[in-house]
Amino acid sequence: MSLRWPPYKSTLLRAPLREPVPLPHNDLHWAVFGDRPVGELEHDLTRGHDGEPLGERIIVHGTVTDATGKPLPHTLVEVWQANSAGRYAHAADRHPAPLDPNFSGVGRCMTNADGEYRFVTIRPGAYPWRNHENAWRPAHIHFSLFGRAFSQRLITQMYFPGDPLFEKDPILMWVPDEAARSRLVAQFDLSATEPEWALAYRFDIVLGATPMEQPS
Amino acid sequence: MTTPSQTVGPFFPQALVGKDGPLVVPLGTPGAVWIRGRVFDGADQPVPGVLIESWQTEGFGRTLTDAQGAWALHTVKAPYVVLSIAASGLLDRLVARVHFEEPQLAGVDPDRLHTLVARATDDGYAFDIHLQGPHETVFFAV
Ligand SMILES: [Fe+2]
Repeated sequence: MSLRWPPYKSTLLRAPLREPVPLPHNDLHWAVFGDRPVGELEHDLTRGHDGEPLGERIIVHGTVTDATGKPLPHTLVEVWQANSAGRYAHAADRHPAPLDPNFSGVGRCMTNADGEYRFVTIRPGAYPWRNHENAWRPAHIHFSLFGRAFSQRLITQMYFPGDPLFEKDPILMWVPDEAARSRLVAQFDLSATEPEWALAYRFDIVLGATPMEQPS
Repeated sequence: MTTPSQTVGPFFPQALVGKDGPLVVPLGTPGAVWIRGRVFDGADQPVPGVLIESWQTEGFGRTLTDAQGAWALHTVKAPYVVLSIAASGLLDRLVARVHFEEPQLAGVDPDRLHTLVARATDDGYAFDIHLQGPHETVFFAV
C-alpha cells in the first residue's frame, strides 16, 4: 500500500516518493528487542498512581501469532493511549481536555507461553486533530510489537467495535479492504469480562511469517 | 492475514524510550561512537517526534527526534546499522541502513548510494534522513 495517502495530509511531505529497495534476506535474523525486564504491574495501566484513573475500566487481551497461525510466546507488547477524556499525557498534545493525574496511558507486557497478552486499562476517549474540518480520531489504543525478527516488527492501532468515526478516519481508511480493517477492530468479549469490575475486548494480532532459523 | 500497520502518531511516550534507549552499548564502551542525525521532510523542514530504532547484532537502540528533528544513538560500528523509522504521517515504518563506507548494493541507483553513507564527525558519525526530495534517503522493503 502506498504511504502517500492524500486524505491523511501529513503523508504528503513525509511519505517517500521513490520505491523501496528489497532488503537482503540475511537482515531478517537479527537480535530482537525485549531484554529490558517487564515489571509485574506494567500490564495494568490503572495502577502505579496515588488513585484510580477516571473512565470505564476495561481488559484488553488477545493472542499474538505469526502468519502461519503459530503463537509467539515471550514477545514484547507495548501500548500507549489517551485518557478517558481523549487527552494524552504527552507534551505535544494540545487538546483542551483534562489530564488525569492517575493515568499515564503507557503499558508493557510479554506474551505468555501460548502467545497470549493481557492489559488492564480504561477506555480511551476520541480526540480531535487538525487533518481536516472537524476531524476526530476514533477511540484507539496504540500497539507496538517485536515478534521474533526484524521483519515482524509492527506498530499499529486497536479500535473499538461499532465506532461511528471509522468511515471518516483517513488513518483507518488507508487500509483499503474491509476485511483487513476489521482486523484492527477489537471484539467485545463477554467471556473475559470480570463481573462487577471490568468489561473486556479481544484483539488478536498476526505478525509476518517467522523466518526460518538461520543455518549455523 | 497479517494485522495491518497504522501510524505511530505524534504521541509515542518517552517512557517507552527510556533514558538508556539510545545506548546500544553502554557509555565508555571501547570503540563506541555516536551516530547523530536529523530527519527532514519534503519541504526540508525538520520532523520532530520520529521514533528511530537501530538493529544490529550488537544490540538494539531507540530514540525520538527532538523539536529540531535531531536524534542520536550510541553504538559500535558494524558493516552497517539497520534503522527502523516511524512517525506521524508515516502509515508504516521505513527501513534505512547506515553504512560507514560506500557499499556495493545491487538494486540501488548508484547516484543515490551516498544517502546510505554516514559522515565522520568529532565523536562518531552523522547520518541525516530525508523522507523526500532530491536527497531522499534510500529506504528498503522488508
Ligand atoms: Fe492516538
